[in-house]
Amino acid sequence: MSRFKLSLRQRLLGVVILGGLLLALSLALGMCLGSTPAGWRRHLAALLGGSGPEDILTTIIWRLRLPRALLAGLVGSTLSLGGLVFQALLRNPLADPYILGVSGGSAVGAILGLLAGLAPFPGVALLAFLGSMSTLLLVLLITAGASGARKGSLLLSGVMVNAFCSAVIMFLLSITRDARLHNMLYWLMGDLSMSAPDQTSITAYVLLPCFLAVLCLARPLNLLLLGEETARYLGLNVAAASRVLLIITSLMVSLAVCQSGLVGFVGLVVPHLFRLLLGPDHRVLIPACLLGGGSFLVLCDLLSRVLPAQGEMPVGVVTALVGAPLFIFLLMRSR
Amino acid sequence: MPPAVLISNLQVAFGPRPVLQDLSLEVAEGTFFIIIGPNSAGKTTLLKTMAGAVRPRQGQVEIWGAAADRYPSRELARLVAVVPQRAPTDIPFPVQETVLMGRSPHVGWLGLEKQHDFDLAAESMYITGVAHLARRPLPQLSGGELQRVIIARALCQQPRLLLLDEPTAALDPAHQVNIMDLMQRLQEERGLTVIMVSHDLNLAALYADQLLLLKEGKRISSGTPKEVLTYEQLERAYGCALLVDENPLGKGPRVNLVPRRFLLKQPGA
Repeated sequence: MSRFKLSLRQRLLGVVILGGLLLALSLALGMCLGSTPAGWRRHLAALLGGSGPEDILTTIIWRLRLPRALLAGLVGSTLSLGGLVFQALLRNPLADPYILGVSGGSAVGAILGLLAGLAPFPGVALLAFLGSMSTLLLVLLITAGASGARKGSLLLSGVMVNAFCSAVIMFLLSITRDARLHNMLYWLMGDLSMSAPDQTSITAYVLLPCFLAVLCLARPLNLLLLGEETARYLGLNVAAASRVLLIITSLMVSLAVCQSGLVGFVGLVVPHLFRLLLGPDHRVLIPACLLGGGSFLVLCDLLSRVLPAQGEMPVGVVTALVGAPLFIFLLMRSR
Repeated sequence: MPPAVLISNLQVAFGPRPVLQDLSLEVAEGTFFIIIGPNSAGKTTLLKTMAGAVRPRQGQVEIWGAAADRYPSRELARLVAVVPQRAPTDIPFPVQETVLMGRSPHVGWLGLEKQHDFDLAAESMYITGVAHLARRPLPQLSGGELQRVIIARALCQQPRLLLLDEPTAALDPAHQVNIMDLMQRLQEERGLTVIMVSHDLNLAALYADQLLLLKEGKRISSGTPKEVLTYEQLERAYGCALLVDENPLGKGPRVNLVPRRFLLKQPGA
């Protein structure tokens, strides 16, 4: 139980320093490794701006690899944070960021977009975003009347909406015969290969304030873990706090998903991983999930790019292939 | 100065079933007030209504002159702390962090505690006798230890009114007396108003300034222990014979359970 010996400030400092280093290292690796072979000298020159702007490696690093690594980081942070928040909000360890219908809605939107032959950005992304927002609205409308069993009905209607959407997705997949099917499958597995520089910066402008907002709600999240009644007695306006958290989180998850597809596993397991390592305090877990979840997806995306495959492997395949054994190892060690 | 709690014509119902009916009472600041009565008399509901967690169907609950369910949550939690009957304790927060959560209605928007908050938590843990457990996670504690941690958290809120739902139910006699003595000391030294639900009539008789005896959501009797704990009223409330005599400590009445075979015994048999 060594994790309880450190004070909150010490743990926070450790998480920010170690997590920051890990994220910086992952991003650096993401910039330096890829399918274009080049020595480390040329990389160093390109990174420091020593070679001219016409240099092909400079372009690859700054216009292709960096935006993609940054997008992977943002998506990883968002999904991990989303899972963390939903697990606390619904008091359910199996909750993931897609649980309230986000995955189903965005997938239907994205597949319709791909079917119509739209460009990945903004066309498909926009449709995916609209799809997830409308399913979310639907879930909230269904549960608007319920008061007592709110969490149960939220969860159940999310699962039902997702189930309905999967049926629609299966139907759409079954009637698609050409090369678009490949793109659809990649989208469903989670795929970062479509990223563009402006896309990453737009995403960052929306996501970073959301991260800050959730960071400020760390204490309310801790109180919600104690149950609604106790949270209220400790001065939390439970209804308002839950609503704000629900809306912010769903918004940022929808935004991440509409550009990356359904990257699985990250949102479910990264929060559990840090809970095992750091304990249940959200004031530590939120920064840990932001930095650690981001690094995790950057590294997984890197693996998906450099591992030999027909073209590229979808990053969603790598996350679970690498993550599940890692998590089981930590779980067994903690006993 | 308005009274700590003023309840007028209170009616509370869950669905069609009335839980509290036509209840009016006043608890002056600095009173040790204990609510007694049989199971499902509405004691816990009354406590929750005072805590602003249950909305009355009719009537008013005023805490220092303002309606309990109209207070902003944070402001109410600075005035009123609650020790519920069953608080979820499955999350492995260490004891000190749990007690520090009592500072929630006082800390700033970043949610980080200052030295003052740590001092208050240390003091609360000390006076409830859980200071040595500070670093232990909650799931490793016994029922009695948990109860005292939750009381420490409530004290850490620095409330003016403390509501407790059967706080001594899980405690051994030594800790029962410790907790009740502590409540009395806080009441006398700091002017804390204490309202407690209890099944222990003798503990109630020994410590309460005022008692309220409830049955099926209605008042049977209220007043000092001597006025409330009479043979007739207890039988009306509980539907069983209880022997009331003078406490050998010389402080009010004492209530004794009477096994059925003593009731059936004929005189002289």
